[in-house]
Amino acid sequence: MNALYGRRLLINRVALLSAMSAMAFGLIFLLWILVVLVSKGISGLNLAVFTQMTPAPGSEGGLLNAIYGSLIMVGVATFVATPIGIMAGIYLAEYGKRGWVGPTTRFVNDILLSAPSIILGLFVYAVIVANANHFSGWAGSVALALIAIPVVVRTTESMLNLVPSTLREAAAALGAPQWKVILIVALRAVKGGVITGVMLAVARISGETAPLLFTALNNQFWSADMNAPMANLPVAIFQFALSPFENWVNLAWVGAMLITFSVLALNILARAFFDPRQKN
Amino acid sequence: MNNTQVNTSEQSTQQGHYVSKEQQLQALSKRLARQHWQDVVFRNSTLFFALLVLALLSGIIFSLASKSIPIFQQFGLGFLTSSAWNPVTLEFGAATAIYGTLVTSLIALLVGIPISFGIAVFLTELSPVWLKRPLGTAIELLAGIPSIIYGMWGLFVFAPLFAEYAQPLMTKYLGPIPVIGQLFQGAAMGFGVLTAGIILAVMIIPFIASVMRDVFEVVPPVLKESAYGLGATTWEVVRNIVLPYTKAGVVGGIMLGLGRALGETMAVTFVIGNTPKISASLFAPGTSIAATLANEFAEARDELHVSALMALGLVLFLITFVVLAFAKLMLSRLSKQEGSKT
Repeated sequence: MNALYGRRLLINRVALLSAMSAMAFGLIFLLWILVVLVSKGISGLNLAVFTQMTPAPGSEGGLLNAIYGSLIMVGVATFVATPIGIMAGIYLAEYGKRGWVGPTTRFVNDILLSAPSIILGLFVYAVIVANANHFSGWAGSVALALIAIPVVVRTTESMLNLVPSTLREAAAALGAPQWKVILIVALRAVKGGVITGVMLAVARISGETAPLLFTALNNQFWSADMNAPMANLPVAIFQFALSPFENWVNLAWVGAMLITFSVLALNILARAFFDPRQKN
Repeated sequence: MNNTQVNTSEQSTQQGHYVSKEQQLQALSKRLARQHWQDVVFRNSTLFFALLVLALLSGIIFSLASKSIPIFQQFGLGFLTSSAWNPVTLEFGAATAIYGTLVTSLIALLVGIPISFGIAVFLTELSPVWLKRPLGTAIELLAGIPSIIYGMWGLFVFAPLFAEYAQPLMTKYLGPIPVIGQLFQGAAMGFGVLTAGIILAVMIIPFIASVMRDVFEVVPPVLKESAYGLGATTWEVVRNIVLPYTKAGVVGGIMLGLGRALGETMAVTFVIGNTPKISASLFAPGTSIAATLANEFAEARDELHVSALMALGLVLFLITFVVLAFAKLMLSRLSKQEGSKT
């Protein structure tokens, strides 16, 4: 009897201890990565990073054109993806409960949500770059927008599903047409959640490298021309990190630190704005 | 006060007399027609954008397939099984890249599943309530770190340590074991298939862990409490109540993680070594589909080379599609079960 209890207790202790160490393992990796980023990035952080162009081999420089290019492309992508994602999300939540379009789109959207981002880069290359015969900032923006759209669709739909149908019925009973019920009553009720979704999408695409490799490519010089190859932070980090020049590698660490902390800040901010789990 | 109100209402009824009943009705039906028309426009424009998402998927498959026609014309289905890859002599075979993708993802799952499970158990069963949210957020932040950062960290920080401390130990203790021993032979360089798999594991842990946590939380408390009431330990409750109840969801979460691992590009590109070779040892460098694309695509000039890379992309997309579809099926099965049992 006692032996059996002892064994069960022992198994329980071992299992719970492993669960705790698994948790510690996860946290250690998060801390480890953040500490490495700060320790390697902080020394290179100075004003030149924000005021000078990416350097030629062996010379000094900053990341100004890469930061600018990233901001522009993420901005354009967000601007394009938000309305498309919200509209498609509205369809799924409000009209797409029956028939085949709704369920199929929902399924496809969930697949695209986790599909490899490099595939979207290939697709944009095949459709835009191969036809225009040159890499461009526009192509990069489109690739990023395609990654952001499923995120926005998903959050918009699940947020709208949280709106009680009595709210819609009340508005409809007052004579509001359906588009007003959806846009002015239902969507407004979950505004915070939808904004959170957009912010998470921005966080997701800010760090994406793979889809930009063969759409926007990179540009060593200042270029505000969206029709030409455009510098961007992730690809610049990629090139610099694998280069043999020490100051390039240092610059890559600075860029890595900048990008990680802005992405994490966006993530935390988005959660502070609205926590979907809490409402559920 | 009252007087003025009466006055205004009288005025409005007087004004109303100027408009006949029919005109009023006409105006109303006009307005209704306009609203109906607005509704139709709104409904169809949302439908249009939903269809755009559908078109995106078919567009991806169609464009990748059409661009990969030349390579299949040249090599036939042998492209998928050949392990030759030489852009200079224009010999292309997908086997090495497919092998690398599958092996790294498998390692990632082997390492990642137990740890994710532990994290999910900790968050749902062990953690004090006030710690649940901060710890959950921390794990989700791990998922938020861009993959290129994992790559840099893997190459500059993890790989040297791995080569110096872990790999010699593995060769010493796992090497002599028959059959699996040869997986751990060879020069300890730090980068290679095994390193890529381990870094992938760290990357997919947050995805699997948060799905597992979410599905563990749907287990009705009554079930768990009855088991505790019968004297079960926490582990026995997890093992015999929570896991059987959430089986489908757990498998779905794992598949979701697998889908991520298969298509992960930047982290793998940094540490896998980028050598189109299949080696017996996991310490040896290799390549994966995504890493090959990232390395070669921007420089590919020859039409056949581009076509070979597009075909690789198509293979990757089809594999992840199947895996993710399976994940979705499993997760939806769980939510149906939830509906019928609670």
